[in-house]
Amino acid sequence: MPENDANNEGLLARWKALPVDSVPKTVFVATALCLFCSMVVSAAAVSLRPIQEVNKLKDKQMNILQVAGLYEDGINIREAFSAFEPKVVDLTTGTFTDQFDAASFDDRAAVSDPDLSRALTEDPAGLGRQSNYSVVYLLNDAAGELDKVILPISGYGLWSTLYGFIALEEDGNSIFGLQFYDHAETPGLGAEVDNPRWKAMWSGKTLRDESGELKISVAKGVPSPNMETHHIDALAGATLTSTGVDNLVRFWMGEEGFAPFLDNLKAGGL
Amino acid sequence: MAQIRRTYLVDPLVDNNPITLQVLGICSALAVTSSLQVSLVMAIAVTAVTAFSSMFISMLRNHIPGSIRIIVQMVIIASLVILVDQVLKAYLYDISKTLSVFVGLIITNCIVMGRAEAFAMKNPPIDSFIDGIGNGMGYGLILMLVGFFRELFGAGTLFGITVLPTVNNGGWYVPNGLLLLPPSAFFIIGLIIWAFRTWKPEQVEEREFKIQHVEAH
Repeated sequence: MPENDANNEGLLARWKALPVDSVPKTVFVATALCLFCSMVVSAAAVSLRPIQEVNKLKDKQMNILQVAGLYEDGINIREAFSAFEPKVVDLTTGTFTDQFDAASFDDRAAVSDPDLSRALTEDPAGLGRQSNYSVVYLLNDAAGELDKVILPISGYGLWSTLYGFIALEEDGNSIFGLQFYDHAETPGLGAEVDNPRWKAMWSGKTLRDESGELKISVAKGVPSPNMETHHIDALAGATLTSTGVDNLVRFWMGEEGFAPFLDNLKAGGL
Repeated sequence: MAQIRRTYLVDPLVDNNPITLQVLGICSALAVTSSLQVSLVMAIAVTAVTAFSSMFISMLRNHIPGSIRIIVQMVIIASLVILVDQVLKAYLYDISKTLSVFVGLIITNCIVMGRAEAFAMKNPPIDSFIDGIGNGMGYGLILMLVGFFRELFGAGTLFGITVLPTVNNGGWYVPNGLLLLPPSAFFIIGLIIWAFRTWKPEQVEEREFKIQHVEAH
């Protein structure tokens, strides 16, 4: 119908003739741009997510290997990591639970799930909430005997929550190593928690004395004689980060943390 | 034409540097320059965002209504920054961990906005793209200079390779801890501005007023 055509042409011409600043064109530009940009952004996020997940997992596995002293440059991380046996621990009872799949359970996500976590009343590590379940990694030696156990730890430093792992010997008392994989402390000061020389000081220290009292401490100065095996020298120029590390290690190794699990481990009741 | 385009590229390096002359983008220059590697990635990220945002804004410049132009620019810039962030997380995971929040903060980098508003809204796309590259490089140049001094004297390394073995690692060099903290970048940028203006006195602004000398009666 010619009349209709003319109408259409008229509409198009009228639209073109509208000034850029007119309300219809403004609304149109805003809507079109938002739609287009949101599509681009979501396409990128969705298509890159699998690669990002692999990176995160690799990073975590590499840190577990490093804290257990098994990491060397250029090794196949996935293969080396298969030596570990991940297990989910119920922190309140200190026993293993089969409720979750240990390979996919995410401690850090569980903290924000009210069914899986609880608010802390006494909170020296500055966490706010604590997951009731946590993934630990068991490493057996060639004879199939438990060699090391790797436990996740976290707590607030100066600027950020530090996330890391502590590796304990099979007695659940001697420390093999400690390492943080995610933090935002001051480079050169608090971030010296990553310094290999400082991390090496943890090796061989013990959490508890003979009576079973939790003694491990990060502090300045020379330790008293009975504290020597429990003392880690604080970082120079990073008092608050050091205090944070002290608090978080004591928290996670204490009754609210892994102490029930470590007792069970020691008693061989698992 | 080619001559003009070359000035778009070269001018922002020294003569019209976004950091030292226009004093834009200082926030991120303070935050990310404690190591050279991070400075380099940040410089590349900002260059990419400035270049492409200027190009896209320039392509749309005749259709952007004046009343919402800043928001339109922000949407384009923010989308590009999210793209950069996602790509870094996927392909340069370690560096994206150190840059953390600062990639997202490219959105608020005044250089990106400044070029969009001052150049891209009035010039064709290819020129705007080149202008964005030039300004990103000018920003990157200062970032690398500041990062060089901060990493060398603050941590004794360059690109993570030990140059001055520090006492913490069993060497002799006592690192200057201040250089690892953001305020030190202020001093270094100040010194660079001083050096640039001594070299090119035309960068020194006219005084807003002069003290009058009155002849004694």
